[in-house]
Amino acid sequence: MGGTMTEKILSSKLGRDVEAGEHVVVNVDLVYAHDGTAPLAIDVLEGLGFDSVSGNVVFTIDHAAPAPHAEAAALHIQMRAFASRHGIKIFDVGNGISHQVIPEAGLVRPGMVVLGADSHTVTLGAYGAFATGVGSTDAAIAMARGRIWLRVPETMAITVEGKLEDGVMAKDVILEIIGRLGSDGANYKAVEFLGSVVEEMSVDSRAVLSNMSVEMGAKVGLVPADGVTLRWLRERGVEAEPLQPDPHADYRDEIVFNAREIQPNVALPGNLDNVRPVEEMEGVDVNEVFIGSCSGGRFEDFLQAARVLRGNRVKKGVRCIAAPASKEVYMTLIESGILAELTEAGCVIGPPTCGPCIGAHMGVLGPEEVVVSTSTRNFPGRMGHPSSQIYLASPVTAAATAVRGQLTDPRRLLS
Amino acid sequence: MRIRGRAWRLGDHVTTDHIIPGRLKYKVRTLEEMRQYVFNDLIPGFSERVRPNDIIVAGRNFGYGSSREHAARLLKLVGVGAVVAESFARIFYRNAINVGLPVVEARVEAEDGDEMEVDLREGTVRDLSKGTEANFKPFPPMIMSLLEEGGIESYYKRHGKLPWE
Ligand code: SF4
Repeated sequence: MGGTMTEKILSSKLGRDVEAGEHVVVNVDLVYAHDGTAPLAIDVLEGLGFDSVSGNVVFTIDHAAPAPHAEAAALHIQMRAFASRHGIKIFDVGNGISHQVIPEAGLVRPGMVVLGADSHTVTLGAYGAFATGVGSTDAAIAMARGRIWLRVPETMAITVEGKLEDGVMAKDVILEIIGRLGSDGANYKAVEFLGSVVEEMSVDSRAVLSNMSVEMGAKVGLVPADGVTLRWLRERGVEAEPLQPDPHADYRDEIVFNAREIQPNVALPGNLDNVRPVEEMEGVDVNEVFIGSCSGGRFEDFLQAARVLRGNRVKKGVRCIAAPASKEVYMTLIESGILAELTEAGCVIGPPTCGPCIGAHMGVLGPEEVVVSTSTRNFPGRMGHPSSQIYLASPVTAAATAVRGQLTDPRRLLS
Repeated sequence: MRIRGRAWRLGDHVTTDHIIPGRLKYKVRTLEEMRQYVFNDLIPGFSERVRPNDIIVAGRNFGYGSSREHAARLLKLVGVGAVVAESFARIFYRNAINVGLPVVEARVEAEDGDEMEVDLREGTVRDLSKGTEANFKPFPPMIMSLLEEGGIESYYKRHGKLPWE
């Protein structure tokens, strides 16, 4: 019987075969927290009387960055002081969102066990890391001790076969999957994304699959670390070994999707269960379009958005906010000329930040406003006023929507 | 470790917002101040009516939503002895064990007010009023000791080390 990637990572950490359902204690290779969660973790550390940090710890200031008000600024001050006292690496304002900055900085490699005090830590599964989100006590303990207890999850294989139609992106794929499995459809489970569609995807696209695996409850969302991954890492100074599931790996569940059946999708306001083809929902008027976040702010996302926005204009009365996920993405957009094209088309370019995704600043929604966003969650009130409405879609759908001022199937504007 | 108390029956997808509404985070600061709001929208007056060691019985995906630890800490603070549910949201499950709130995965048919007994070592949930019993996989020793000693913080303060050290 072969091992899944999840089992292989945990077995190699422990030096023996692990079994789903067992509780184990493993060494943690990296722990991180951001300005939404690090202050609490610091409180727990100090409450327990831990006066040193032994693990490999990273802080990022990305949620409310640059600080939109004095309260956030005070939290940033607390983090900087703690980081400098304990020798913690900190990515300060302007570097970008943790889940993007950390892999870009060469801090992640296949086979690592990573904890983040943020549910979207699962994003790092796209680089072959067993990466999962935790609460503040767990993060604090991992920071102090470098070890954590885990329940070994059952593994679910999600295979996407075929070839995606032009205009269909990774976001449409993951929305299709969540729409079918439901928001607890992978609860506790390790999800592994396989199949020809995933193999052909760029690392940017794979990160979207891993990122949103938590929206169906997954503990980790892994993608095999193959030549594509290793090349991406090598460009950032990391030499790593590939990581694949064994042939005949013993998956608890196996679900297959056919690329031909996946269209541009949209998650309707409320929760992630309610996914429909964009085609059926066209015509919803929008006030704002947001292209950014740890789920839709990478280079490829803007490259696809630019295909529609180039030579077009954002519809009058609509604001289109584009915020690259990191400084590296920002620089690449400048060098490729895309930033200029987006600006010319009428987009407002923001700094690398979570900002609009959590309604912290930059494009906060007013009463009853409607947004089409490439971010992660569409819960009521997340991006602003409780009565505002969030539709989640791919960057190219978002761009087409910005041009028309209405939810639009991007295939109409792609030639 | 045995917990004996009355059942409070809830359904599927009880969120951390049901346990303690997120908006209160900004209005009230301490857990003591928040306790009166626990389950307020689902069970009015819960924090007054709950008795020590009462047992929450729920369906799928208990603790879904935000990862904030307040939810698990508050259930414990008001006296809940254990939560028995068909399944838990992952981060809530961890947070509960870390703060010493027993979380047991089992499917039981209990109604409000049934006399319940959870035996963590044996791995059984008994509905004494109905005479029914369900089993669950007992916790490994390390988790067991965390639960018996009231969570990581009190364990660490008592022993000067973590259970796995
Ligand atoms: S971009 Fe949104 S989902 Fe991603 S880490 Fe920031 S707040 Fe969380």
